[in-house]
Parts: sequence; C-alpha cells; structure tokens
Amino acid sequence: MYVAVKGGEAAIDAAHAALTKKRRGDPAVPDLSLEQIDQQLALAVDRVMLEGSVYDRELAALAVKQARGDLLEAIFLLRAYRTTLPRLAASLPLETGRMAVARRISATFKDLPGGQVLGATFDYTHRLLDFALAAAAPPAGDDGGGDAPAPAAAPDTAAAPPVSPPRVSDLVGRDGLIEPAQPSDPEPAPADLTRQPLRFPAGRDLRLQALARGDEGFLVSLAYSSQRGHGTIHPFAGEIRQGEVAVEIVPEELGFPVTIGTVAVTECEMFGQFTGSQGEPPRFTRGYGLTFGESERKAMAMAIVDRALRSAELGGSTGAPAQDVEFVLPHSDTVEASGFLQHLKLPHYVDFQSELEGLRRMHAGLAAAPPAAADKSDAPDDGTLP
Amino acid sequence: MTAGYNFAYLDEQTKRMIRRAILKAVAVPGYQVPFASREMPLPFGWGTGGIQVTASILGHADILKVIDQGADDTTNAVSIRRFFARVAGVATTTRTAAATIIQTRHRIPETPLRAGQIMVFQVPIPEPLRWLEPRESENRKSHAMADYGAMHVKLYEDIVRYGQIATSYDYPVRVAGRYLMAPSPIPKFDNPKLDRSPALMLFGAGREKRIYAIPPHTPVVSLDFEDHPFSLQRWTEACSQCGDTASFLDEILLDDQGNRRFVCSDTDHCAARQAAGAGGAP
Repeated sequence: MYVAVKGGEAAIDAAHAALTKKRRGDPAVPDLSLEQIDQQLALAVDRVMLEGSVYDRELAALAVKQARGDLLEAIFLLRAYRTTLPRLAASLPLETGRMAVARRISATFKDLPGGQVLGATFDYTHRLLDFALAAAAPPAGDDGGGDAPAPAAAPDTAAAPPVSPPRVSDLVGRDGLIEPAQPSDPEPAPADLTRQPLRFPAGRDLRLQALARGDEGFLVSLAYSSQRGHGTIHPFAGEIRQGEVAVEIVPEELGFPVTIGTVAVTECEMFGQFTGSQGEPPRFTRGYGLTFGESERKAMAMAIVDRALRSAELGGSTGAPAQDVEFVLPHSDTVEASGFLQHLKLPHYVDFQSELEGLRRMHAGLAAAPPAAADKSDAPDDGTLP
Repeated sequence: MTAGYNFAYLDEQTKRMIRRAILKAVAVPGYQVPFASREMPLPFGWGTGGIQVTASILGHADILKVIDQGADDTTNAVSIRRFFARVAGVATTTRTAAATIIQTRHRIPETPLRAGQIMVFQVPIPEPLRWLEPRESENRKSHAMADYGAMHVKLYEDIVRYGQIATSYDYPVRVAGRYLMAPSPIPKFDNPKLDRSPALMLFGAGREKRIYAIPPHTPVVSLDFEDHPFSLQRWTEACSQCGDTASFLDEILLDDQGNRRFVCSDTDHCAARQAAGAGGAP
C-alpha cells in the first residue's frame, strides 16, 4: 500500500469545481441576486463593507454571495480587492453633527433637543421566530417586523423629514462636565495603517482606524470584558445616531470643499468614568465609535474599547486586556487572525518531523540515563507554533 | 496575465515601497524592517509576506520556483506558483539550479545555491523573542541594545530540562554578529545553509508586516554553547526513492502496524538523484 502524501494541480482544480457547485447549491432553487442580498441581508452587507473597508454595497453583496454567506470570507474578498485600488483623495472629517438621522437615541437623558428617534431597530422586539416569514410569499403589507401586526400607519422613515439634532456631548460639554473633543489636526494627515505598518505607540487616529476595521466579535467580547471589570470604564451610551452623512473633499484645483456623495454611518459616543487630577476637576471622558451602515453593536463596542485603550493617557489603570494597545490592535483584524489560524491546515511535515526526531533522541537519551533525570513535571507548554 | 491587474499583481507604488524596505533590510542584515504589508488574494499565514517580496523583485526574465516543505507539488506551493504564472506570466520551474527566485516555506533546497539566486522565505513570526516576550515595544528595545540574554537563558533551561536544546526548527541565529534573527520555521538542519551563502536571502512576514534579509556571504551563526554545540538532525534511514542518507527526510506512515518509509523532503533533489541512476533504500 502506498500512502498518497502530496497534493497537486488536479486536486486543487477538483476542489475549486466542488466549491463552485456547492456554492450554487441545488440548481432547482433560484439563484440569489445581488439586489436581494443588498436589500434583504443589508446588515451582512454593512458588516462586510465596514470590516472590508470599502463602501460599496454591490461589491459587498457580491462578496457575501461568493463566500456562501461566510462574512469573514466575504470581508477577506473585499479587502483583497480594496488593496489594489488607488487612493485618489482624503476626505474632510465627516460632519456627523449634520447627519440626516434615521435613528438617534441617548441613554443619558430622557428627553433632549432633537428627541429620541428609535428608527428601525431590533431593540424591543420579542425574539420569537416569525413563521409567517417562512412562507414563500409573505402577504402583501407584511412589514416583516416579526413582532406585532404592522401599525395601521407604519411611518416610512424616508417620508419623515431628516433632522440633524445637536450632539449630546456638545450639550453636556457646554457645562464643562465632559472633556472637550480633541479637534482633529489636519496636519499631519491622520495615519493610515493600510499604507503604513502598525507601530507602537499607536496614536488614537491609528487605533480608531484599526478598531473600525476590527472583528466585531472580538471587539464585542473585549468591550464586554471591560464591562465585567477587566479595565472597566463605567460607560454610558451618551448618544447613538444613524443616518446619511455627506463626504466632502477639497480638490486641489478648487480649494474649497465639494460633496462627492453620502455614506450611511452609525456613530456612538460613550461617556466614560470621570477622572480628576491636581488642578483638573473630574469630568466625563469620551470613547468613540463610527461604523458603516447600521453596524450599531460594533459601534458601541468600538467606543468602549477606544475609551479603555485611552486609560493610560488619562491616568487610569492599565493591564487589563481591553486597555492593552499591544494586545488589542495586533489581534483585532479578522483577515489576519482568520488567515493565520487557518494556515494550520497547511502541511507542517518538516517541522513535525524535526520535533519527532528531537523527541526520539530525547527518549533514547532517557532510556540510557538513570530515571532520576526523567522528571519533566515542570516542563512548560510554550505553545510554540511553526 | 490577468486583465485588470498590474504585472505581478501589486501596483508599482506598492512595489517601490516594498523594494525600499528590502534595500534597508539588505543594508542592515537581520534587522526587521517594518513595511506596509498589503492584503493579498491569498490568506495571511499562507505566504503573503513571501508573495509580496517575490512580486516586488520579479522581472519578466525571472524563472520562479516555489516550494513548501521542500516540495514543488504541495498544494500551497502549486497555488502560489500558479498565482505568479497568472498575474506575472513568468516562467516557472521545479529545478533549483534553473531558478532565479525561489520562494519557500519551511525549507532551503539541498542543492547548493549560487550567486545571483534569491531565496524568498515565507515567515509566520519574524520576532525571535516573541515567545519570551510578547510585547513588540520591549523586543524592539532588546534588539536596539543587542540584549539577547533571555534567549540564551531559554536555551540553557532547555539543556537543564531535556539534556539538549529542544528547538528543532525556527532555530535562532545571529546575523553578522549583530541581530538575533528567526530563520523562519526551517528545520535547524537547514541553518548551516544560511551561513555565507552566495545567494541573497529575503524574508517576508505579511501579517506581521516585517521584511528582513541576509545578504550574500554574510556570516550566520546558530546560537549554542561551547559545551553544547549546535547539532544537526540526522536519520538512520535512507530515502526510499533515491537512497540518500544526507538529505532531510520526511516520514511516511504506510499502515497502522507502525511500518514507515522515509523520502527526501526536497522533491527536486530526490528526482535529480533518481534521474542520475540512484536507487531507493530497500
């Protein structure tokens, strides 16, 4: 018997063909269109755009389709496309204060200028499977909300006039009870970790960029660990707003800003625990999250982790995972993490053979030596990987 | 070549950035040069650092060889070789002697390299001190001060605990008497091939965003102690295909009765010996 050990061209081709077939599934079932993914799996598209760092719903929908619904794979596809694109311009900072809000809530004030606008949210729905949705053709007029019968006059958010309420942090800041927003300094331009490797210490611009691209699950867990006491920041959801915001650039030949389009974003400002020092009164501090689309959970996690990462500069404790820049940033990127994890599927024959040879030599040495030398109880598991 | 993409996939600005990093790496042997690693169409951990280095140095006249575990026909080697055949249209080969650029994962070919050849190593963890200290900022200080005591202590503890240095691959080396360097997870069997090699050795770590180099003819020393000198792996068996007793051998399990067979990890080396009439061990 001969054991086939090494793959080759034919095996790869066959695997690709099998994948294509499996991706399509049963040909009797209609093919998914990108429009369907964009419209009906909109939050998947949002996440892929965000962590893939490309604001393009069609490409993100294509990635979701090609990846068979594996969002991490879709993010990877979009990233690999993005990296080949030229950088044409840097936009001005988004003026989220002038956002046309579709949703805007604050957990810190019962009512406030601009009001609370729930918009479309899973919050307050009862998570009961809606078997009506399982029917092939839902009855006309079903809003798919899944919770209660549609209200007689379900307001179309597009019909309501968009408003740009003042920021909660500005309202609180007027009394000096929250640290002032650090104005973004146009010079030097913000760092860009897609053009420069991540170095430490990493400024807040870099940290926020890394967090925005970072894996949602990782950041949610980190934020949660902070909430449970590992580097807590005692956060309040000062404000969460969702909506369209204009993107402006200043073309060199014009010298004044021009709007080139709008992006849908979710912004979250967390108010963190107040700190004080000699000569400085205690006041709330800020954590910031900004995401594409309606990625609200991610924006909240990002804001908490951002604030936790500022602990050292604010004179707070350090040492918890969520406060450790050199732990959080290098491990937040799903494309890097997923790739390296899965490389373990690649052959490691040579390294394993090297270890086998070393072990055999050690065993031979132990067999020859008196047993007293065989105490390996304190041998560390250093978990080294090839 | 694939329409819509530049020669060798990367755009020229990115290649220039990577070439600058390579030049700096060559100028400071063994020093890890940070570079703005790109996402590639292959996953991180699967050779993106090596691929970016290769893409940046590849010219139309180059002849490329790609190996993984010493073999040209392992799936990832096939995949990377195909990638460059597709995006650069360069000639590829499996013959070590014919290649101008050899991208590798985990091995250095048995056939001695010659001047003018470039080895491109895929590197998972470029930092040799990572397992002793996970913090990048601390390790940079250690390198700046050439403070490598922790690594010597680790090797010493191995000897106390196991009677020998337990590291069998990615065995740390000192380059040109200055920087401690991870040679990538090649077996320590291959470490001597790094020393004063006439070929240029380039190391690319894509996910970790580092490039480093060993210029031709640079002294490379594997760490050891006077009374515990660096030693090589050795086999009592011979290759079942070509009978070689001096090359690195892969072990193949034949059944569940413990029967096994050994074959050269370097497929080109093995095939060349067989073509020259060498027979396998019984």
